Amino acid sequence: MSILVNKDTKVLVQGLTGKTGTFHTEQALAYYNTQMVGGTHPKKGGTKWTSALDGTELPIFATVAEGKQATGANATVIYVPPAGAAAAIIEAIEAEIELITCITEGVPVLDMVDVKERLKHSNSRLLGPNCPGILTPEECKIGIMPGNIFSKGSVGIVSRSGTLTYEAVFQTTNEGLGQTTAIGIGGDPVKGTEFIDVLELFLADDETKSIVMIGEIGGSAEEDAAQFIKDEAKKGRSKPMAGFIAGITAPAGRTMGHAGAVISGGKGGAEDKIEAMESAGINVSRSPAQIGKTLVKALRG
Amino acid sequence: MNIHEHQAKALLKTYGVPVSNGVAIFSVDEAEAAAKELGGPLWVVKSQIHAGGRGKGKFKELADDAKGGVRLAFSIDDVLKDVKDMLGNTLVTKQTGPEGKQVNRLYIEDGADIEKELYLSILVDRESGRVAFVASTEGGMDIEAVAEETPEKIHTIDINPAKGVTSADIAKLNKAFELSGKAAKDGETLFPTLYKAFVEKDMSLLEINPLIIMKDGHLKVLDAKVSFDNNALFRHPDIIELRDLSEEDEKEIEASKHDLAYIALDGTIGCMVNGAGLAMSTMDIIKLYGEEPANFLDVGGGATAEKVTAAFKIITDDPQVKGILVNIFGGIMRCDVIAEGVLQAVKEVGLKVPLVVRLEGTRVKEGQKLIDESSLDVISASDLDDAAQKIVKAVRATN
Repeated sequence: MSILVNKDTKVLVQGLTGKTGTFHTEQALAYYNTQMVGGTHPKKGGTKWTSALDGTELPIFATVAEGKQATGANATVIYVPPAGAAAAIIEAIEAEIELITCITEGVPVLDMVDVKERLKHSNSRLLGPNCPGILTPEECKIGIMPGNIFSKGSVGIVSRSGTLTYEAVFQTTNEGLGQTTAIGIGGDPVKGTEFIDVLELFLADDETKSIVMIGEIGGSAEEDAAQFIKDEAKKGRSKPMAGFIAGITAPAGRTMGHAGAVISGGKGGAEDKIEAMESAGINVSRSPAQIGKTLVKALRG
Repeated sequence: MNIHEHQAKALLKTYGVPVSNGVAIFSVDEAEAAAKELGGPLWVVKSQIHAGGRGKGKFKELADDAKGGVRLAFSIDDVLKDVKDMLGNTLVTKQTGPEGKQVNRLYIEDGADIEKELYLSILVDRESGRVAFVASTEGGMDIEAVAEETPEKIHTIDINPAKGVTSADIAKLNKAFELSGKAAKDGETLFPTLYKAFVEKDMSLLEINPLIIMKDGHLKVLDAKVSFDNNALFRHPDIIELRDLSEEDEKEIEASKHDLAYIALDGTIGCMVNGAGLAMSTMDIIKLYGEEPANFLDVGGGATAEKVTAAFKIITDDPQVKGILVNIFGGIMRCDVIAEGVLQAVKEVGLKVPLVVRLEGTRVKEGQKLIDESSLDVISASDLDDAAQKIVKAVRATN
């Protein structure tokens, strides 16, 4: 098993015709034949997209709704530029796409405030924005994660940081554990899916035997997640977990690249997050290079 | 992006927000005309820097008992004296760090009759995913201290984006501020207006500390601190014009031209990384091995070879840098593009310090091949641990 995506997931690409969309769609098709079923472009409906790698052709539709009807797509991935990203998400929500993954970095936060409100009244789940996507090994790759570092296995990975997700995947592969599914939820302050949503899915998934959670400074999502893990453990639901928090050395008051990564008002510091996670029984690695080994230790008990 | 108080007030005034009359000046020569134009009998002379705590701040060049960065003046002569005291000098506040900030402009404003000071801010609350008002009766003070000592005096009221500020929200705000009479009536227009300005201009923070009730019972915005969402500046050319480059670090300005996220730090190891989380972790692991990072630098997602070259130049321009660590885990970023950029940069600017490169992910083989086949003296690392140890060792060997 896996969560959210598997070999039956059918993916439409919003922004397929651009350079980024093209490159990553070629990569997805090459990754265990992920079912990329088409793309959308408001002016290029009815045309075809052709992979430069192997000549695979995909249909382009004018709208997501049209593409969904024609292909049975239940997921979309968004590569459109920041100015149009929120509109693209809203279009997918209105077409009742189950899983929407927005890779775009630099989406205005107030656009996301509007999106978040619409999500509440919808049947869609959004990953991101500003996230690397989701990958279930040997089945489905949505987004920009490098497929070659994955192996099928038992670890569920959830992360706020794109490239640190890869570190966690790489290290759990090297330890011989492999992954059920890896999910990047994105580093923006207002986003579709939070740690808790993903942790709930991993706890409920029988194949997922352990969980890695990667956080970073800013906000209180890690503290909330730690509380959730604690509460669930009291109900008898728990799995071995390893964690990591980026930004122990970050100075207060400076935003570290991600709009979300800032320590302000004495809140959002790494030490508080580590303490909260440890108190929930999560084994927190101090080194970003020891995430895999920390999980192995946790599994040995 | 931050703007100065006088710019924030001018912007809010266009929305009809009640602010005092004032004039911004950039030289001593302009002071007298400005003071006369305002007419007195009470003036406030305010240092314009992008940092809070100005009133309690100290000027480096002045005696310890000299007044701070915000002063009351009761005559035009006093105004001139204060202007001469402040303009061009360095103001140190709890937010500037010990080096302080040079005061290049002042704002001379009409004084106001203060009955009571309140605190109001608007921000994006990440927990609710909504725009929220933060309201407190404890205005004019350090709000972080209030939050620490008396959290019950801080009220957060979030706004449904589909509805905007409703009459129920206004009632909650008036209650939080304990407003009645004229002030409560003013609140009915002021709160929705501030929200409108915040949303229309894509602000990330609008902080009014203090919002005052005047002796005549009306509300007035006495100070205003505004930051904008950098991601939304593309749709606000009028706001971009307000940027004051003298408030920013030169290297950070250069970096922002190339769309790089760069922050100068105090250590010796320059870092170039993709992704904010990995960039922070790279700083963390350098520290774990006992050295200090010289910077935070995230080359972002879709970097080109030119962008990587620019990043490399910014790092090598820093005289503190004794070694460079390039750590790339390619997803959207391709390792071959990074390798090309690094090699190009080394050719252009030379390499005077040890360079460790760790590549992993998308097109890693192609990238590694480029590095291996070049004649340059680049130390390859197999993983993050290896990379951190190698650069720390190399830097120590040069000392």
